[in-house]
This record gives sequence, structure tokens and C-alpha cells, in this order.
Amino acid sequence: MKKVLSFVLNGHEVSAEIESHKMLLQVLREEFQLTGTKEGCGQGECGACTVLVDGIPVDSCIYPSFEVDGKSVTTIEGLLGEGNVLHPIQAAFVAHGGVQCGFCTPGMIMSSKALLDETPMPTVQEVRNALAGNLCRCTGYVQIVDSVLSAAEKIQAEIKQ
Amino acid sequence: MSALRFIGTEAPRPDAPDKVAGKAVYIHDLVRPGMLYGKIKFSSFAHARIKSIDTSRAERLPGVRAVITGYNTPEIRIGFIKDNFALKKGKVRQYRDEVAAVAATDPDIAEEAIELIKIEYEELPGVFDPEDALKEGAPLIHETDPRGKHRTDNIVPVPWKFVSGDVEKAKSESAHIAEGYFTTPLIQQSCMGTAGCIAEFDLQNNLLIHTKTQIPFLAQNDFNRALAAMGLKGKNTRVVVPTLGGSFGTGLDTHGYEYISILLAYKTGRPVKIVLNREEEFASLSPRQPTRTWISQGCDREGRLTFRDVRMILDNGAYTSWGATTPSVMMLPISSIYRVPNVFYETKIVYTNNTYCQAMRGYGNPQAAWALECNMDQLAEAAGMDPLDLRLKNKNIPNDITPMGLNITTCGHEQCLNAVAERLEWRKLRGKGAAKARGVGMASLFHVGGSGRVYRSDGTGIIMKLDDFGNVSVIAGGIEMGQGFTSALALASAEALGVTPEKVTVVTGDTATCPWDVGTHASRGAFTACNAAILAAEKAREKIFKLASEHFMPRVHFSLKLRKKKDPSFEMPDLNWERICDPSEFDLKENVLFLKEEPKNPLLRVTLEEILREAHFKEQGTMIVTEAFYDPCNQMLDAATCRGNLSATYIFGAQGAEVEVDVETGEIKILNFVAAHDVGRVLNQQTIKGQIYGGIAQGVGYALSEEYRTSKGRNLNPNFLDYKILSAPDMNFPIHIECIETLDREGPFGAKGVGEPGLVPTAPAIANAVYDAVGVRITDLPITPEKILAALKRNK
Ligand code: FES
Ligand code: FES
Repeated sequence: MKKVLSFVLNGHEVSAEIESHKMLLQVLREEFQLTGTKEGCGQGECGACTVLVDGIPVDSCIYPSFEVDGKSVTTIEGLLGEGNVLHPIQAAFVAHGGVQCGFCTPGMIMSSKALLDETPMPTVQEVRNALAGNLCRCTGYVQIVDSVLSAAEKIQAEIKQ
Repeated sequence: MSALRFIGTEAPRPDAPDKVAGKAVYIHDLVRPGMLYGKIKFSSFAHARIKSIDTSRAERLPGVRAVITGYNTPEIRIGFIKDNFALKKGKVRQYRDEVAAVAATDPDIAEEAIELIKIEYEELPGVFDPEDALKEGAPLIHETDPRGKHRTDNIVPVPWKFVSGDVEKAKSESAHIAEGYFTTPLIQQSCMGTAGCIAEFDLQNNLLIHTKTQIPFLAQNDFNRALAAMGLKGKNTRVVVPTLGGSFGTGLDTHGYEYISILLAYKTGRPVKIVLNREEEFASLSPRQPTRTWISQGCDREGRLTFRDVRMILDNGAYTSWGATTPSVMMLPISSIYRVPNVFYETKIVYTNNTYCQAMRGYGNPQAAWALECNMDQLAEAAGMDPLDLRLKNKNIPNDITPMGLNITTCGHEQCLNAVAERLEWRKLRGKGAAKARGVGMASLFHVGGSGRVYRSDGTGIIMKLDDFGNVSVIAGGIEMGQGFTSALALASAEALGVTPEKVTVVTGDTATCPWDVGTHASRGAFTACNAAILAAEKAREKIFKLASEHFMPRVHFSLKLRKKKDPSFEMPDLNWERICDPSEFDLKENVLFLKEEPKNPLLRVTLEEILREAHFKEQGTMIVTEAFYDPCNQMLDAATCRGNLSATYIFGAQGAEVEVDVETGEIKILNFVAAHDVGRVLNQQTIKGQIYGGIAQGVGYALSEEYRTSKGRNLNPNFLDYKILSAPDMNFPIHIECIETLDREGPFGAKGVGEPGLVPTAPAIANAVYDAVGVRITDLPITPEKILAALKRNK
């Protein structure tokens, strides 16, 4: 069965006719070619597919697509500013070695974004807890946590200016 | 060596921006025109005869373009000793055996088609325990060998044995002896990006395959053989490697799914993509081999090691991968970690109906270290010594040739042990935490640091191509898997050539354009490629200086004349503009050529790009492309004696942990973790730490939580809920890394390979700390709370 969905995707109003059994991840990757969102497990266990729906981080691989109707979805592609300017969280992951193979990275960054939107200056513990659902096999998380903490500081410093 | 400008800095990785933006293209993201989706039908039994296969319903399903089995395709033999087949005929020997496959226009249709294939089996008795498989009358996994000769047992014909001195005599003369039996489980590499490929043919029937591999050139060879088996002898394969979502050893062999894509692509004339889903990745890739190790070591009254006796059984599973050569690396620490004169080591690799195994990061070394380093602590106890003192007493030293023939050049073993002891406050804490159930433990590592010759060539090629903007393409045979290969290579190339790193683009992962490389494994990527880059850069500098000898002075003259035109007050210096300089008079640094004699003279400077353009855009012009092939000065092991200098240099390290054990729950909490590694030289501060942190996380998982569980050959935990790799909250303890620089003469700028070692000593360090805390020694990984509780109960 197909259904027409209308929602806001990275700031743009979009609509598409979607087979109703598709999950949001498939819609993003196949319908909108937004392949920055990754599928690491397809069953809600790794967080590689994390996107924000109305600001809340969700595992898009198990998020039924029809539920986004009327909502706002942000993917990793939506964080990039005009002229390919990296979002401060993205820039911090580059600067602090939060990236190795990069497969977990888009999901990590989206979870970090949700955290910093809620808790602008998190503790180490809060960062680790916020990333509990995002598995990384490469980094051991140390430089990821550093990246998020430094992004938090940068963002706050920018706000103050 | 003059002061280094880029090596040893904290440079961000060149591949990071694309990755954080979601723009890097992994195999999952790649689409080719007209592409079909392939899907594999795996066996329903661990050991069974195939009686019949009915594909008719699958073939009739709309959207299905091809259905293949071992019966309607040419036989393609695969694996290290060619005991495996792309598609199985006759019988299946493990659950992951590929029996049939389809290609369809849509992944859902492919999945449905697979369900429609009906296979009748006659189940055979299976054998799932390697020791059972060795018993007389055990079911034979392979009735014949790859040559068709009858087999009578389940022993894989890849034996490993090393003997030095007289172990029996040494045993009788030792003052103290400790014996132990240690086991390790199957471990799944758990790359976040699953495996996959897209195969397609051009109109000349040459193959193009985008695939997740660490060995593009060996894969090219494997696939060319497959083409020959398909009747396409003489046709060529081009292997292209997309961005890899981790690899950790999964890409050391070519796989059934790759050959199946090739067969499907040939049959349909369309590109065919197969990407494994997470469950398939668990079920159908080759995990790290499980080991059973019987070990004993002895020492004299002063604590000097007298002998080491190690016997191992490795569960091979049903077929043989390159993993069968891991004992060559296990042998390094077994023969040579700590100085020990008498050694006996023997490994039997045994076929079973379990999933067939491969190496994972560490190439057998984590399994060896588990037994060795736990047993060292047992020996220390038997001798009444502090385990640190026993280690220091027997430490490896520089400029030593071990009985295996390993030529140790630089060696920071002692510094590593001391660094760990100091950071952990060993002298203060060891043996004193029992009241709080706290303890400290440590373990050493000894690994290849200068590649490892498991293949006839251990070489790697580099092509350096300079364009007329002064950009440098460094075209390499190695692969970026996430470890930081491109970053190290860019820095080393920039440093060696005399340009800035942003001028360098590293190009990898295409057998049609990149020079040959044996593969990115054995922690050899940066070591070999940076060495090759240094050679190629030297050649390029020679050419550049030759061009400069001709163009430098005229170019200076020209730009000064321009300046004079703009600024009439400028005084032209009085120089001989016609002067032909000698090439040896020049130096190049940070994209600028200057005369060595007058490095500071602001007038006598010309950018590299100006010289390159002058040389290029003229009659009989020229351009600069150089190449180098670096093959390290190491040796393949002698087949009979297993002696030889396997690596061009060796890496040492020590790790230590402080833990607290909850005696009510058996839970282990790591309070502090220290890793000190002799890395030769740090090429990039950021990526080297990333390698060590990541290694430690995999090592802690090995120690405490990871276990690929099976029942009669079937995987029971093919997902991340039940197969526990560590999460960010799990890794919530301080980790201190110390990189000890011993500046190895074989290493590029002195660096040794660092990719694998991070996880090698982690598990035994933790086990030894647990023993110090609560007096129980867990000998079978992982160290779960249940095992701790059971052992505590036994101890009471
Ligand atoms: S892909 Fe969605 S949680 Fe793993
Ligand atoms: S960077 Fe590879 S999984 Fe996180």
C-alpha cells in the first residue's frame, strides 16, 4: 500500500509517495538519496541510522515512515551550512579525531546534536549516556567524547559573542 | 634528520570532513546503472548431503533475473588451500554454506525468491568440538583434499611447529614451573559497515568489482582465477575499494558472496550488488579463531625463564582461510617475548562443522598473549615474585636475535613496563587491594612492527605525481579502513618531499591505477607505504632539483623584474642571472625552493609550482612522476623449522589495569587503564591515539563481554543486543596512553606499525588484575560475572 507523506526534511517541505512498510531510513536513503544516514544493523541496535524527528533522536531504521507525516526531520546532510561549512559538532569531530572509519559518525553526530540542544554544557557522563545507543567499533569513544565536549564549548562561546 | 615539520603533529585526517558530512561513499551507498540485487541462500544444516534443489518457483517470480546453484555454474574454488567453493555441491559443511543465489530488480524480490528455493538435505552427523574432531571415527568434514586425494582425519594440512633448545631437560632443571590451560572464544569483527560488493562486466568481459577488501591486489588475482574457471581465461579484474566501514581482518580473504555476485553479473549482463545485512554479517563472515592452549613455563631460582612449552588446538571450522597462517604470528611472542632459551610450540588446526575462521586484528597474537601473559603471572606466584619483577628480569632488549631468528633492533620493552608500573602506582597498589576487592595487573605485547612476510612479496608500491600547481598525488596500493592510513601517508609524503600536507592527495583502492601492494594487514600499511613514499619523494626531489638548476635563476630574475616594474624604488640585486646552479645546491621545504647556502634570503626563493610550470609548458617540456616499490628487509619463515626474521622490526608494549570486583555480583569495574607502546615514532598524534584507544576498547570487549556463541555450529547471537561490543558508557574509565619513541632505523622517520597491538595484551592485563583483586583466575574468555561468582564460590 502506498501513502503520500509530507514533511519537512532538512528545512525543506517535501512530499513523496511511499510504500507504507518502508522505514524512515529507507525513505531517506532511497527516495531522497540522503545516504549520509547509515544502516549498521537495521534493527535498532547500533544507532548508525540516528536522525532527528522534531528534534528527538530516533533510530530511523525502525521508525515507520508514515509517522513522519507532518513532522520535521533533520539528517546529517541538514547540519552542513551554506558553502559546505561544517556544523561546530562536525568540525569538532574532525579536529579531535572523533572519526575513524566514519560509519558510526553521522549517527553519533546526530545524537550529539540532540544532546547539546537539550544540555548545552554536558558532563562527560552525560555525553557518554547520550551516546549509549550509538556503537562505534573503531575509536573506543575517547576522542568522540572529547569532540562533543569541545563542540559544546565552541557553541557556547559563539553564543556569548 | 633535520627538524620535522608535519610528522608527529596532531593533524586532522584528510578523510574526516567528508565522513562527518555524510558524504563518504561506502559500498551501501553505491549504485550502478541497471544494477540488480543479489541474495544468497545459505544452508539449513551444519553437515548434510544436498539431495535436490528446486529453483523453479524462484525463477518464475517476476523481477528475478537469475537463479544460480553449484549445479548450473562453473566450479570456483576459493580459500587459502582451495578447500572451499563459491557455491556448494554434494554436501554442506557449515550453516553458512552458500547453496544457491538469486539476482532480482529489487532487494525485496530477491529476498522473496530465496524463500522460494526448496532444498532437500540428508543430515549427516556433525562435529563441533575440535578435540572431538581429532578422535578416531569422527565424521570427516572433507572426504578428499583439494587434489582429490582421500583424507583420513580432520587435521588441516597447515602444520606449525617450532622447537628451540631442550624443553624437557630445562623442565627437569627449573626451580619453579607454572602450568595453565587457557581458551579463547570466537570473536566477530563487528565492523559497523557490513560487507558487500558490486560486480559487473564490460563488453570485453573484463570484470569491475567494487568491494570491501583489505587486499585488492590478491583479490584481483583470486578473481582472475575465477574468471578463468568461468571460461574467461586472460580476462582481467579491476578491483575498486569504496570507503570502508571498518575491516579488522574481514577483508583478508575473498568471499563467497563476491564470487556469487560475479557469477550473477556474468549471467545477467548487469551489475549485481550484494550487501550483507547485520545478521548475515554475523552468520557468514569468518570470525577470529577460538583457541585452546596448554602452556607451561619455568624459571630458575633468580627468576630467569628456563623454558616455555605451548601446545594449541585451533578450531578452523569447515574451510581454510588465510587465518590458517596466524600461528606464524602467534609464534613471535611464544618464541620470543621475554628472553627464553628453550621453547616448544605446536599448533594443530582442525576442521569442524563450525563457521570457518579468519584472523581478526592482532592475527593470532591476542590468543597467544592471553595464555602467555596469564601464565607469566602464575609463574611469578609459583616463584614468589612480583609479576612486574619477573617481567623486568626477562624483558626483551635491543639488538638481540631471538631463537626464532627474529632480529630485534630497537626495543622499548623495559620503558613500557616501567611506564605502566609508574602510572598504575604498581608498587603501591599491587597485592594490597584485597580488602576492597581491588587489584592491578599488567601484560606485555610483542608484535610485528615492520610488516610480516606471510606472502612471497611483502612489498608496496607508490606513485608520486606532481602537477603544475605543485599538487602531489600519492597513489598507493594500501587501503584506508579507518585506521588513518591516508593521514600518515600524506604527512610522510609532505615531509619527505618538502611540500605542505594540504598539497598532497592520497589516492588508493583501485587496482587499475594504483601500484601493487600485498594488502593492508599486519599493521603494515603506514610502515610500508610511508617507506615507499620516502623513496619516491627522493626520486622526485632529484628531478625537481635538476629542473631547478636550469630554471631557478631565470625565474628569480623574472619575478624581481616584475617587482621592479611595480615598485621602481626596489633595488635589483646584482646577481648572475645566467648562472646554472648545481642540483645539489637546492633544498625544497613547504613548497618553496631555495639555495641551501642562503636559506633565509627572501629574494632567492621560487615556489615549486613555478618551476614545475616552467619545465612543463615549453618545447620538449617535462613533468614529474616517480615511483618506488618498497619491500621490507624481512623473511618468510623457513617451512621446516619456522625460523626467520618475519618482520623488519618489532613492536613492544605493556598495558595495565586497576580493577575493582563486586564480589556480590561478579561485576568487574575498570578504575584505571594504562597503555605504553614502543611505536618507534609518532607519525600523527591524533590517529596513533585513535588506534590505541580503539584497540583497547576491542581488547576490553575481548576480556569482558564478547563471545560469538554457537550451538551445533549455529550462531546464537547474530545481533548487537546479544553480541556485546562495548558502548560509550561501558568505556567510562580513564585511559592513559604513553607512546615511547625508539626511532627504528627501518621505520619511516623511525615509526613502527601500530594498527593491531592496542588490543593484544588488554585481556590478560585485566585478568591478572582480577586475580590480584579477588584471587580468582579466569582462564576462559570472556571473564563474565557468572564465571567470577562461580570461581569465588569455589575458592571459599
Ligand atoms: S541501523 Fe538503525 S540502529 Fe542500527
Ligand atoms: S569510526 Fe568506525 S565505527 Fe565509529
